Amino acid sequence: MKKQLIIFLLFVFSYANAQDYFPTNTGVKTSKNTLIAFKNATIYVTPTQVIKKGTLLIKDGKVLQVGKSVTIPEGTKIIDIKGKSIYPSFIDVYSSFGIAKVKRPSTQNFRPQYNAERTGYYWNDHIRPDVNAATKFSFNNTKAKEYLNAGFGVVNTHINDGIVQGSGLLVALNPNSSDAYRILDNKSAQYLSFNKSKLSRQAYPTSRMGAMALLRQLYLDADWYAKGNMKNKDLAIEALNKNQHLTQIFEINNHLDLVRADKVGDEAGIQYTIVGAGDEFERINDVKNTHATLVIPINFRKPYDVSNPLLANKISLSELRKWNQEPANLSVLSKNGITFALTTHKLKSVKSFLKNLQKAIKYGFDKTNALASLTTIPARILGKSTIGNLQKGSYANFIITSGDVFDKKTTFYEHWIQGDKNVINDMNIQDISGNYTLSVNGKIYELTIKGKGTKQKGSIQLGDKKVNSTFSFKDGWIHMTLNESSGFTRMTGKPNFTSLEGIAYDEANSESVWSASKKAPKKEDAKQEEKKSTDTPEVVAVTYPNIGFGNITQPKQQTILIKNATVWTSEKEGILKNTDVLLKDGKVAKIGKNLKSRRAIVIDGTGKHITAGIIDEHTHIAASAINEAGHNSSAEVTIEDVVNPNDINIYRQLAGGVTSAQILHGSANPIGGRAAMIKLKWGDNAAEMLYKNNDKFIKFALGENVKQSNWGQFNTVRFPQTRMGVEQVYVDYFTRAKEYDALKKSGKPYRKDMELETLAEIINGKRFITCHSYVQSEINMLMKVAEQFNFKINTFTHILEGYKVADKMKKHGVGGSTFADWWAYKYEVNDAIPYNAAIMTNQGITVAINSDDAEMARRLNQEAAKTVKYGGMTEEQAWNMVTINPAKLLHLDHRVGSIKVGKDADVVLWSDNPLSIYAKAEKTIIEGKIYFDTKVDKQKRAIIKQEKSKLIKLMLKEKMNGGKTQAPIIKKHKYFHCDTLD
Amino acid sequence: MKKQYIIRLIAFLFIGTVIAQQTPAPKQTTDYTIEGATAHLGNGKVIENSLIMFSKGKLVFVGNATVRIARRGTKINAKGKHVYPGFIVANTTLGLAEIDAVRATKDFDEVGLMLPHIKSLIAFNTESKVVESMKPNGVFMAQVTPRGGTISGTSSVVQFDAWNWQDAAVKINDGIHLNWPGSFTRGRWWRGEDPSLKIDENYIKNIEKIATYFENATLYLSGKKSPKNLPFEALKGLFNGSQRIFIHVNGQREITDAITICKKAGIQKMVLVHANEAEKVADLLLKNNIPVIIDRAHRTPNNDDDDYDLPYRNAKILLDKGITVGLGMEGSMERMSTRNLPFYAGTYAAYGIGKEEALQLITSNTAKILGIDKNYGTLEVGKSATLFISEGDALDMRTNILTHGFIDGRKISLETHQTKLWKRYSNKYKNQ
Repeated sequence: MKKQLIIFLLFVFSYANAQDYFPTNTGVKTSKNTLIAFKNATIYVTPTQVIKKGTLLIKDGKVLQVGKSVTIPEGTKIIDIKGKSIYPSFIDVYSSFGIAKVKRPSTQNFRPQYNAERTGYYWNDHIRPDVNAATKFSFNNTKAKEYLNAGFGVVNTHINDGIVQGSGLLVALNPNSSDAYRILDNKSAQYLSFNKSKLSRQAYPTSRMGAMALLRQLYLDADWYAKGNMKNKDLAIEALNKNQHLTQIFEINNHLDLVRADKVGDEAGIQYTIVGAGDEFERINDVKNTHATLVIPINFRKPYDVSNPLLANKISLSELRKWNQEPANLSVLSKNGITFALTTHKLKSVKSFLKNLQKAIKYGFDKTNALASLTTIPARILGKSTIGNLQKGSYANFIITSGDVFDKKTTFYEHWIQGDKNVINDMNIQDISGNYTLSVNGKIYELTIKGKGTKQKGSIQLGDKKVNSTFSFKDGWIHMTLNESSGFTRMTGKPNFTSLEGIAYDEANSESVWSASKKAPKKEDAKQEEKKSTDTPEVVAVTYPNIGFGNITQPKQQTILIKNATVWTSEKEGILKNTDVLLKDGKVAKIGKNLKSRRAIVIDGTGKHITAGIIDEHTHIAASAINEAGHNSSAEVTIEDVVNPNDINIYRQLAGGVTSAQILHGSANPIGGRAAMIKLKWGDNAAEMLYKNNDKFIKFALGENVKQSNWGQFNTVRFPQTRMGVEQVYVDYFTRAKEYDALKKSGKPYRKDMELETLAEIINGKRFITCHSYVQSEINMLMKVAEQFNFKINTFTHILEGYKVADKMKKHGVGGSTFADWWAYKYEVNDAIPYNAAIMTNQGITVAINSDDAEMARRLNQEAAKTVKYGGMTEEQAWNMVTINPAKLLHLDHRVGSIKVGKDADVVLWSDNPLSIYAKAEKTIIEGKIYFDTKVDKQKRAIIKQEKSKLIKLMLKEKMNGGKTQAPIIKKHKYFHCDTLD
Repeated sequence: MKKQYIIRLIAFLFIGTVIAQQTPAPKQTTDYTIEGATAHLGNGKVIENSLIMFSKGKLVFVGNATVRIARRGTKINAKGKHVYPGFIVANTTLGLAEIDAVRATKDFDEVGLMLPHIKSLIAFNTESKVVESMKPNGVFMAQVTPRGGTISGTSSVVQFDAWNWQDAAVKINDGIHLNWPGSFTRGRWWRGEDPSLKIDENYIKNIEKIATYFENATLYLSGKKSPKNLPFEALKGLFNGSQRIFIHVNGQREITDAITICKKAGIQKMVLVHANEAEKVADLLLKNNIPVIIDRAHRTPNNDDDDYDLPYRNAKILLDKGITVGLGMEGSMERMSTRNLPFYAGTYAAYGIGKEEALQLITSNTAKILGIDKNYGTLEVGKSATLFISEGDALDMRTNILTHGFIDGRKISLETHQTKLWKRYSNKYKNQ
């Protein structure tokens, strides 16, 4: 019955709203142009323009006048809302309202797909700028009501699918109207993400860096297309070019991706508006430096259930901390002057939005900013001036509340959208909540009424005992029943100012008068309540990175004098006994005996050894992705895009004396991605870790991985599947790169191609190859291909059969970076021998020992020592294989890799001969800053223990107080290797 | 230094002119005397300037070289060198697979959950190139162990210088391997499941299945045994004390449950393998006389918040509690990495225990745990002459350079596929 009524009402309203030019067959044509004035309200025209006792006059769904003294025309409906407040409706710029979730079509095809499914569009299916949310939109009344109840009157919606997702839709949440009026803009913004479309199985991109490269190439191609250079039709690019003027809203998954997305946008001259992840506080300066306007979700996690200590012990400090720190994110963003809007995105239910926002306010988020982030800022993001405020001419979208919109106790009465009323809580229902003294039948009871609107509920006590009773408050009448041993008493009555009164009936149905007078609230209670609400909760300090062993403050550059140690120079000076080393201004300043420096911190090195920091030529730590496996060449991608400074392995490897590492792309394809060269500056950000002005490298790969030998039975369709095909991949790409380069150099117009640009750099000697390699045939092959195109391979990495072709390698001039003793894990390493490094060294090749493994990299000193055992290298030769030799292979030997005056102060202090199994790195110094120190490490261990028990205690407290908890999320650390397909 | 290398290389090239497949040595017929070395006995004791003599495969003298006693047979002057008992590794699939990526070479994981009747010994490949590569590092013996399922099967202890598995066997079917279920479970996040770690509701059911299995086996074995039940027959040794159960288990709750259930089932000799958190229930282990096979030192810590050196301190933590500890190899690249066994012990030594204590992890302790200590694991008169001579400290990779190796008194070849290739290609360049 109720449903029918609603449908009927909707029909009436929609009829009333029918467009001017639409014919009518149900009666005479009428129009709705009622004037309505709201008087005596506190009106928030904008977050900063507040009118007390003001009047809001609306007509035709818009604001006609607003102010202290507004002339009210005749025929105006006047609503006096004395003591109440009016706020502009909130706006959510990032929702999927009215759009069904995109589902992946089921398929039985397990073979990878390399080509696009769509034709006439861009070559990559995950680029879908041509999609428009309006075509899939269906207004959802239930959802609309949830939004209205939470204060949202306008939402911006879109199809959340793909890397470029197309344009969105701005909708007023007016259930009383039709799409003809509610759709405010059918191309409100363009949406992007790093996630692939569920509607296509096209493999590329498989990684974050691939997605970044794809966007870059897309923008280049769009420009090329716009200039009329492409022969074919591309509906996706055309749509992209048309959407160019729209706000570009980019959703990311974490604060690292936030910076990455912004970088891609900046390069193309686009400032994205970025939908954050709620973890911005973890690297707030980096976020601030993007200058992007943000859209922030507030899906704070519940405390973890830590009542089982066995389970609780497994939760990492970083997860515990996030629970504690997340609610302060908005406050941190705000204090750093970052402009951001709020969104209900990621909340399981819109209902929890206000509660979470109240929590954020409790954690220090300013209320005026809160209102701005829900009204004027989202309006500005969308370039709309008629929403998000109540200025003259703006939409009459507003909330009527009992008071401060962000106060927990405030009641939302009505939400007007485009001049149409939606009732949330009946404004005319009196608030009778409070404590009363009830007298009936000569007895005195205590009556407590709690709740809001029609949901106000009373409970009755006699002395200390609760009395069995019922209570209802409806249509202005109170009905109560007491059930006591003496019998039933029924009461009816009404509120009368501060008291309630009426008639009571006993079991015999005899009448008497009852009354209840309101008690003044207890001062102590009020005080305590106030104290509770003003107490800012304790938030534990953010560390860099924000995990166990992170730094609260970054190490400072110091002048350091290490006295009387054994110094392994990795230079022709060899190993110097009883020698001092002075580090100053981030460089090695002096090496000698009896050095003195007044300002230096002096470290006694007696019995200890000093070496240059270890350099790992081949690592996969500190990266958010390793392989772009979607194509057989991925020269367009770069690991520099995805350096992850939050990886605990950075710290662990510092503890093994490593100071520099080359993060290589994996071996999923013959032409891999560009490499990133970093210093392990624990706590610094990705940009700070990267070497600057260094020669750039790219990873190539040969053998079983690139021909997908061990990828399972379905991966047999990508070219190449044999070593023969691998050669042709190279010849093909370098031939094309040569032609491309020639065209570019000719000055004629050319389509800029990031992949061929990179390969042309190789041909031009501007970029260097480090190639994953195993068997002699393929090693010979690649050297021949390089010679054919007049360049040299710089380094063969792994190079386990290098010993078989060491003479050829020497002739070509290539270096080798190998494992000390790995073998037998694949067929192609059946002939790998631990004597490899020694044989290659003896043939005059520059040889390094690398890790390719987060565990091995913790003790590369031991791996180097194995060359003493296998093949009889001298200790100096062995040590050079992890210091100066990799520095040479990386073209960094003028800066690092040895202890030499003028070189970077990247130095390790060892407890023993560094090649000894008993040696431990005690201090690891980079550019004069101590990044690892066994003493500091001990302190950090204690801090982790303390902080964990503190946070667990706080969580237990919340659980004991009846708060909801969630099962702990305990992530396993993912270790990357060459063949990790990410 | 460089000169030394060349001398050594030339010596090597002349002595070892390309030998074909490593040939197992014949029975000891001539006696040996090793004199002047620092002898590490494997029981914690060291004899500087030692005298070691063995005959017919057995040690007949272990003592100081200052003792006036007739030297027997072939004399080896080992002054400045070190002598160790051959190293023993527990819980490894050595010889059960050759190349990880080639399925056809893998023979360690059979189909099924309860497979006590599956025996590793019959699949042990004595000609494996991976197995032979153990010898130049001093690793001479292993407990060859199947993997997978709940009860993986039965292991055997072998030595590495043999024509076939019958000759290799040192202790046939020494133990049965049980993989204890974990009490926690998590969704596979990459399949969109809830990634949070929860108590596994099935844990109790899973462990009850094991308890019931043992109970049924006991009932079967005390009855008519007809019709024959091969798996139950294979469990016999657990109940009469002739075989050990190796419980592969992690976590204090799981360890407690495993010990309780196995004890209740009447199993007499228990060994824990891996045993994370064993230190937290040390009293229980000590009370029941249960030793632990820990994993290699070279592994990353389990949790991000763990001390970076927590795996390195594993041995110290358990030894401090008074638990007997041996070293095993299970996990990624376990077979080829087993030759690094001495260096894992070395790393444990660097992090809190003495060098001789570390040596025990791969000699006497493991021998005790595997039940072969009567003959192996230490250099003591009457025991097998399974030993080697190293240029220096065998727990340090720089000085773990073997000059002689003996298994049961037989002088074994230290050549491998890898040394052959080394010489082959060194010669190639020398002759160019």
